[in-house]
Amino acid sequence: MEDEIASLGAVIGAVWAGGKSMTATSGPGFSLMQENLGYACMTETPCVIVNVQRSGPSTGQATKAAQGDVLQARWGTHGDHEMIALSPHSVQETFDIMIDAFNLSEKYRNPVIILLDGEIGHIREKIVFPDPDSIEVIPRNIAAGNADPFGGERIPPMIEFGMNQQVHVTGSTHKPDGMRDVSTMEVHDTLIRRIYDKIDSGREDIIKYEEHFTDDFDYLIISYGATARPTMGAVLSLREQGIKIGFLRYITIWPFANRITKSLCARAKKVFVPEMNLGQLSREIQRFTDKEVVSISKIGGVCHTIAEIEEAVVSNI
Amino acid sequence: MQTQPHHKLTKYLRTDVLPNAFCAGCGGGTILNIFCNVLEEMEIDPNEIIAVTGIGCSSWIPSPYLKVDTLHTTHGRAIAFATGVKVMKPKKRVIVIAGDGDLSGIGGNHLIHAARRNIGLTVFLVNNYIYGMTGGQVSPTTPYSVKSSTTPYGNVERPFEIAELVAAAGADYVSRWSTYHIFQLKKSMKEALNKNGFSFIEITSQCPTSYGRRVGMRNGIDQLLDFKEKSIGIKKAEHLSSAELEEKMIVGKLIDRNRPEFTDGLRRVNEAAAG
Ligand SMILES: Cc1ncc(C[n+]2csc(CCOP(=O)(O)OP(=O)(O)O)c2C)c(N)n1
Ligand SMILES: [Mg+2]
Repeated sequence: MEDEIASLGAVIGAVWAGGKSMTATSGPGFSLMQENLGYACMTETPCVIVNVQRSGPSTGQATKAAQGDVLQARWGTHGDHEMIALSPHSVQETFDIMIDAFNLSEKYRNPVIILLDGEIGHIREKIVFPDPDSIEVIPRNIAAGNADPFGGERIPPMIEFGMNQQVHVTGSTHKPDGMRDVSTMEVHDTLIRRIYDKIDSGREDIIKYEEHFTDDFDYLIISYGATARPTMGAVLSLREQGIKIGFLRYITIWPFANRITKSLCARAKKVFVPEMNLGQLSREIQRFTDKEVVSISKIGGVCHTIAEIEEAVVSNI
Repeated sequence: MQTQPHHKLTKYLRTDVLPNAFCAGCGGGTILNIFCNVLEEMEIDPNEIIAVTGIGCSSWIPSPYLKVDTLHTTHGRAIAFATGVKVMKPKKRVIVIAGDGDLSGIGGNHLIHAARRNIGLTVFLVNNYIYGMTGGQVSPTTPYSVKSSTTPYGNVERPFEIAELVAAAGADYVSRWSTYHIFQLKKSMKEALNKNGFSFIEITSQCPTSYGRRVGMRNGIDQLLDFKEKSIGIKKAEHLSSAELEEKMIVGKLIDRNRPEFTDGLRRVNEAAAG
């Protein structure tokens, strides 16, 4: 396609024509996709968008790594909506998460964003391909009979093109049958709250994270994506030095893992958040705790070293 | 179910959303009418059609009125979405109908690239010379010096010759007609639908509300008479100088050829890759 706006447009068109479809980009291209991303939310189109985050804003340090699009992934398109975003920390996890992403997109009829970063996007690692028969694939929920494709149930079944049902798909506010109604307040309210609630009420099912050393800790460190790798190194080293630190690694970024964040932060004296940005997710974490959240931010295109994280923790306790 | 007066073409329409929302005198209804007649005369099953539209009054011609699978997309992006549809369903007739602002302004890039690819879409660009829906802002096809709501002292840009542009970009079929030329337009729609590659008709249409009134034409009829007067057949135009053609609208078929189509090419590549 000629540009990233067109790429996501073609993806959405292909989905309504019966395909499973995805696109991949980095930074500027992800900015260009924002309007059609909202269209996918509004029309409840299952699709997958990979954004290999690079240093920005604008052209920034092209091809250098960052985690600067975390909030853009959540809020980049206009209007009220929910988003699913996943952030893998290895090549193997990237492979596995692609399958989860397609499954979640079909299950929730929502776009799913893979928030990769330039570090994970560039590394080469050994991976193990699972036996294809062992992979769980969630098929598209297609309407039997003449169910409404845009309402009725919290996650309505789809009607694709070519089913001889003259389905009407629009990014304008629409009734459960798909017909446009932009002037009735209740129609908009019902539609947008349902699209919001279907993700919000699925939190327990969608959200994935990993806990390490959280049986017994004084301090907590939270990270995700590439940053989780040196964080793990720092945690092991700090514990060896007798500093009791626990580690929470987010795999799902959005919807935000607020329950586990709240309960672990409540037990910590202080919370540390290394990120390759100026503190985007530490801001979100702070909303769920009254403990001090220390942002260990690093920008410039290179991930934190173990020593940098260790040093930041030691000098703050 | 509302009862509707019986007409042979109502079967192509979503009668429960009628009457339509077009202003009195709008050309949108004429285009819808001609297209339904084309379907009837060509005996095309509406289930074989997928309509993809952008944003603006012209995009409302099929959406919601035409009773077919419909994808009403974002402003300017109909052709991009339609590309995905056509790749998945190459046997369907994928039709794009949208305005001049949509297809030649914000979406101009997709238009020329789709023509270059020669993907088998049928595109009707409804050129009412203006951003009609939003209240008459200047568009890429607004004539030079015309006063619009955003050019109160006159347009200082020259308009696109959009049909010529699409032909140069590589489309298989390009014509220009207007809502005055209903029979020629109907014939051209049939030809466009029969093409395997990218087919494109620039349909000049009247917008009395946001354009006609501003340029001294009080209603739709005035604009139709203007189309009649200023149109000149493409053969005749060949013998005239560009100065003589300045105020004219050249109508007719600009190009009709058969180059390789994009999804056919994709299929060949897929087969080769599969071994
Ligand atoms: C990205 C974006 N910009 C602007 C708009 C507002 N908008 C709605 S219709 C329209 C103009 C449409 O003009 P045209 O394509 O010529 O269609 P017409 O109404 O004249 O048929 C605009 C600018 C929008 N919906 N999206
Ligand atoms: Mg227009």
